[in-house]
Amino acid sequence: MLSKGLKRKREEEEEKESLAVDALWLDPGHAAVAQAPPAVASSSLFDLSVLKLHHSLQQSEPDLRHLVLVVNTLRRIQASMAPAAALPPVPSPPVESSMADNLLASSDAALSASMASLLEDLSHIEGLSQAPQPLADEGPPGRSIGGAAPSLGALDLLGPATGCLLDDGLEGLFEDIDTSMYDNELWAPASEGLKPGPEDGPGKEEAPELDEAELDYLMDVLVGTQALERPPGPGR
Amino acid sequence: LKCTEKYVYYLSFQSKSDIISTVEFNHTGELLATGDKGGRVVIFQREQESKNQIHRRGEYNVYSTFQSHEPEFDYLKSLEIEEKINKIRWLPQQNAAYFLLSTNDKTVKLWKVSERDKRPEGYNLKDEEGRLRDPATITTLRVPVLRPMDLMVEATPRRVFANAHTYHINSISVNSDYETYMSADDLRINLWNFEITNQSFNIVDIKPANMEELTEVITAAEFHPHHCNTFVYSSSKGTIRLCDMRASALCDRHTKFFEEPEDPSNRSFFSEIISSISDVKFSHSGRYIMTRDYLTVKVWDLNMENRPIETYQVHDYLRSKLCSLYENDCIFDKFECVWNGSDSVIMTGSYNNFFRMFDRNTKRDVTLEASRENSKPRAILKPRKVCVGGKRRKDEISVDSLDFSKKILHTAWHPSENIIAVAATNNLYIFQDKVN
Repeated sequence: MLSKGLKRKREEEEEKESLAVDALWLDPGHAAVAQAPPAVASSSLFDLSVLKLHHSLQQSEPDLRHLVLVVNTLRRIQASMAPAAALPPVPSPPVESSMADNLLASSDAALSASMASLLEDLSHIEGLSQAPQPLADEGPPGRSIGGAAPSLGALDLLGPATGCLLDDGLEGLFEDIDTSMYDNELWAPASEGLKPGPEDGPGKEEAPELDEAELDYLMDVLVGTQALERPPGPGR
Repeated sequence: LKCTEKYVYYLSFQSKSDIISTVEFNHTGELLATGDKGGRVVIFQREQESKNQIHRRGEYNVYSTFQSHEPEFDYLKSLEIEEKINKIRWLPQQNAAYFLLSTNDKTVKLWKVSERDKRPEGYNLKDEEGRLRDPATITTLRVPVLRPMDLMVEATPRRVFANAHTYHINSISVNSDYETYMSADDLRINLWNFEITNQSFNIVDIKPANMEELTEVITAAEFHPHHCNTFVYSSSKGTIRLCDMRASALCDRHTKFFEEPEDPSNRSFFSEIISSISDVKFSHSGRYIMTRDYLTVKVWDLNMENRPIETYQVHDYLRSKLCSLYENDCIFDKFECVWNGSDSVIMTGSYNNFFRMFDRNTKRDVTLEASRENSKPRAILKPRKVCVGGKRRKDEISVDSLDFSKKILHTAWHPSENIIAVAATNNLYIFQDKVN
């Protein structure tokens, strides 16, 4: 199975990570190791957290606890790095100042955007795939996830073929699922909007701070994912 | 028993390359179940003590092995569902058969484990090998009789509780009414009746309307041991909520809320991660709850919500290493914790195959190691010590030499005796206290 391959790779990485622990001790005097309330986090801790978030978002089914903890930690780090600046709203353009600030602002907004899009995906996917979850008679009304959940619930039992016959079409279904892999726009300006479709691609041309290595890595992820996915359907 | 009494290591099992993911004694302690990453369940049974060997406690031998869960593929989401057993919980024994619940990320199953020591013989339509006989050759009828056979233990799935969890199941808990149980995932808790598999009641739902606002997940949940209407669940933010199912159908509003205020002198970027509770357990008495977070074990009195009554440091020497542990993801490890039968001693695991015991009465604690190299059968476990800095004594181990790939996440304590089961990666160790 295709996703199986993806998942096994991740497991091997995990094992390598956990076994190669001895080599990863940081200098105890590292700026990010805080005994007292830290004034500012080092940028390496920020980068590390962004990397973890990126890695987590790449999963076909992210560990929600891990994701939430990393995001909350990242927000804390960001807050300490730029305490005066309010977190910019999603559609606003990046701040016109030093490169670091630019990266920070766009990362933060894009972070919110990508988090939002991922969690939206999770929510939407859940709405599509959730089997009929019969509530108690006295259960609170209006708790169905997405308007389509009750009627689509039975589709879960009927298999993939029927699952494709959705109102918003085959492309809509897979676009939502795929978006979580494409939408790691941690470096793209937020002005692109919350949830660009796959045809937009990551806005590399508008994020000059994105370096070659990150670009290659992102492309590998996309190409690797595409190679594993089914052949593109109509409209993709 | 004082926890500093030595434990005798007497038996060790190694499962075939699969990492043990859960360990649980049944209510009498006669059986011990383990679940592993490959979806298998192995049940050990304690030998009956013989009159001849009155000083030798019963040992545990393999009783039954079966495949509980298989890997599945969710076609709609294009995801593989792991077969790893996250939790096993026993039902109390009500007849000759044993029943347990086992769960992976998505599906809970009720298994019946029963013995068969008789076999019917003398069928009319089948011969002794089970092949159908030619009806033309049958000239007489006889009644099949039951004849003794070698004991066979068979496990059969009696119920499959599926399709009720969108997120990953982290806990299951049997209610004291023995008619219902709950299953908890990252955002929801469902209540089931054992007899009904196509329906469950959602009793807790913390999924925000807007997923962008998600900041907290459910990490563990358990029913009160005596009050069938009461349960607790813990969160990734270090809080515990106690809920009463009589108050409303959806228990989103808690009856009690347990949280310890953050210590400002210990504040760091990792404060939230290390406060995330990985396990919550009621005491046998039902008066206390115990929680495990990354560095400590805490005991809470149900009547006091603003702080725990006891806090035990499991491996405080890691506090200055949090950044490295964040980098290698060890900071996200989920350790469990257990009470002994009398609620006087608590136990939890650590790294380097160490596990810790804390005596609540004497306030003494001990660190022991589960490893083949350091334990011979019938040998007494030697207390271990981690040296934090400065001079290292001969038998101490320095923090930087700890092996973080050897983590003890799962342990279990016999309900009435001082017998403990410790899972160290793919090895199961059973220790019991020294008999004079």
